[in-house]
Amino acid sequence: MRAAESVPARFRVGDRVRVRRADPPGHLRTPWYCRGHVGTIERLCGAFANPEELAYNRPGLPAQPLYRVRFKATDLWPDYREHARDVVEIEIFQHWLERAVE
Amino acid sequence: MSGASSDTAGYYRRMQAAVEELLILKGIVTPEEVQRQVDAMDARNYKRGASMVARAWCDSAFKARMLANGSAAAEELGLEVGPLKLIVVENTPGIHNVIVCTLCSCYPRMLLGIPPEWYKSRAYRSRVVREPRAVLAEFGTRLPEDVDIRVHDSTADMRYMVLPLRPRGTDGWNEERLAALVTRDSLIGVARLPDLG
Repeated sequence: MRAAESVPARFRVGDRVRVRRADPPGHLRTPWYCRGHVGTIERLCGAFANPEELAYNRPGLPAQPLYRVRFKATDLWPDYREHARDVVEIEIFQHWLERAVE
Repeated sequence: MSGASSDTAGYYRRMQAAVEELLILKGIVTPEEVQRQVDAMDARNYKRGASMVARAWCDSAFKARMLANGSAAAEELGLEVGPLKLIVVENTPGIHNVIVCTLCSCYPRMLLGIPPEWYKSRAYRSRVVREPRAVLAEFGTRLPEDVDIRVHDSTADMRYMVLPLRPRGTDGWNEERLAALVTRDSLIGVARLPDLG
């Protein structure tokens, strides 16, 4: 994929990000349970065609950077009963992320 | 393809058959192409993943390359992985990894073959992200108290495989013998491999 067809990556490993609390119609790959939560960028996976566009047979370009975001399980689930250090890592596209202000 | 679970999913089973018939009637695919694809899927199983794990246990340079780029490492062993990107996550004495796809049932088919029914179940997909130890216990897997869990939700273009801890008591074993110890469930992360001796 040519660089011109990708949106530049805004976040770096270690950045704190918040998943947008949004509920647009259509095919989404952002799980409900992480929306609105803050996590840490674990890695940039590359840039991929936007699945929300692909679902309607559109090209999904420019490609969106895709990240692995690491969340503390206790942040995702207030009633989490297992270890405080457990984490959940989720692939999230850049257009669902904003810089976390804490 | 058949069996109790697909019989109970009657609506989807019939819709799948109808779509397949339509695609064939319209000349978009041939029955031979469908059969070839089914055969190709059936031919792949978790032994591919097991061979990667055994190589990584024996060759630390390969292991480093595999953790940096799973797809490239698979191709190095002649395993076709296709366009999806493979990420291998390593179990350590302090971290245990588990794979899930909460949205559907994404699975590293290119290395593990067809996913087990439970992997696609709503119960596994919804529970393993919020009570992983309870779910693992139902598989007969109990982690030591000092081990933390890392759950990987496979939501987009990556696919995941766990690199299990090498069982104790296997010093000097060759790759073939080691690969025979690796189970499918250990590559998904719902099981650990028992130590020998």
